[in-house]
Amino acid sequence: MKRQLPLIIIFVCGIFMVFQYFVPHENSEFLYEFAALDWPPIIGVFALTLGIISLIRVSIAKIRKREPNWPFSIVTLVGLTAMIVAGLPWFGGQTSPAVIWQFNFIMQPITQTIFSLLAFFIASAAYRAFRARSVLASILLISAVIVMIRFFPLGPFTGAATWTADWVLNVPNLAAKRAIIIGVGLGIISTALKVVLGVERSFLGRD
Amino acid sequence: MKLAEKMFAIDRRWVYLALGLAVLISLKIPFSIPIPISKEARNIYNFVDTLKAGDAIHLAIDYDPSTLAELHPMTLSILKQCFEKKIKVVITSLKETGPAMTAAVIDTAVARHFARTGERIKNGVDYVFLGYKPYPILIILGMGQNYRIPFPADYFNTPLDSLPMMAKIRNYDNVKAVLNISGTAATDYWIAYGNGRYKVPLAIGVTGVMATDYYPYLQSGQIFGILGGLKGAAEYETLVGTPGKAVQGMKVQMVAHLIIIVFIIIGNIGYFAQRKKRELSA
Repeated sequence: MKRQLPLIIIFVCGIFMVFQYFVPHENSEFLYEFAALDWPPIIGVFALTLGIISLIRVSIAKIRKREPNWPFSIVTLVGLTAMIVAGLPWFGGQTSPAVIWQFNFIMQPITQTIFSLLAFFIASAAYRAFRARSVLASILLISAVIVMIRFFPLGPFTGAATWTADWVLNVPNLAAKRAIIIGVGLGIISTALKVVLGVERSFLGRD
Repeated sequence: MKLAEKMFAIDRRWVYLALGLAVLISLKIPFSIPIPISKEARNIYNFVDTLKAGDAIHLAIDYDPSTLAELHPMTLSILKQCFEKKIKVVITSLKETGPAMTAAVIDTAVARHFARTGERIKNGVDYVFLGYKPYPILIILGMGQNYRIPFPADYFNTPLDSLPMMAKIRNYDNVKAVLNISGTAATDYWIAYGNGRYKVPLAIGVTGVMATDYYPYLQSGQIFGILGGLKGAAEYETLVGTPGKAVQGMKVQMVAHLIIIVFIIIGNIGYFAQRKKRELSA
């Protein structure tokens, strides 16, 4: 029953969601709002709690055993505690000055710094990767340069550069992306069917 | 070490230094570059421009500070246009680290509008900020039924039913479009669930690296406009008549691209010289 019950739940919920989409009756809409929209966030809160407890346990274990980089686990726990305590309703909730301060002066600079490093890595990667080693590599190189120079003021050639870049984006790029999207979409449908029908059971874990 | 060998294997720290210096110098030198307007950006501008005072749109601000540089100018330009045309704006932030940043950008837009026109934009009357809730797919689906399902109250814990603006807004049927400004997978959810299930007109503003992924949806009609990266933000700033950080950033981006192209050329010269040397010695 430990394995059958989840499979039954998944089957019933999956079939219900498929049929509900095509049934506009108000009872169907009520069930959809109650079962699909109201309950999952409640279940999600339990998952969030589980995640936080797991993070705390793993961090404490790393600190106790003095595993490599254990000081960063202390930083993790301090940051987690500070943000949670500052956001408690008794201290003003998510709009409290303490939360805003931590966000503006710690969170925001850190995330912006990490992301801005990408520019340098891209420049170095472009220098190393864009070599005309073969026909395909040359096509990749030329396409990248065409798309980059569309911003350049090239005088009488600006129109041609912009038109060429737009053609690269709207024809070969679009065709390739569409093929990928359709392929991924078909894969998602087949995986979802396998999960709903109980063929795919890896999410149940081992006995 | 011969020149060709040096060109083939430049230490990456020289690349970082050259790029850093180019960005710093181009920031200080005053020059501008023309910003041609793309059809995708003009579609969004024209759509908002044809709305009447009192119409409502949903502005889904689904990014966090990491992509702020590219996406904030888009948000500010769209808010400027909406406030000037007295279009009501329902704002959400479905990225967990986004709400505080979104609240700040709304305050900035309101302050700028007051400085320009002397007119006060009021929370609950001219705009509503609903805030963040987890599981974006469920939230997008829930708002399609009724905004009050996922958001019984706004970001400041004011019940939605007590806000004058929300009296006539129940779900996506009561907004003219969703404008999704995003640096995350939330755009895919809006396309699949917002436009796919509820058929709400959708336009997107995304980072430069994401923009190329969404041209198929533009061609199929699932979205009616794209603002792509800093270029898209600069286009929209130009269209609303307030060139700002995005327009300034375009000249820096152009110089950075030029540096990258120079290094690519140097690398390829070194590569072909090495190849010729190997062929001659073979």
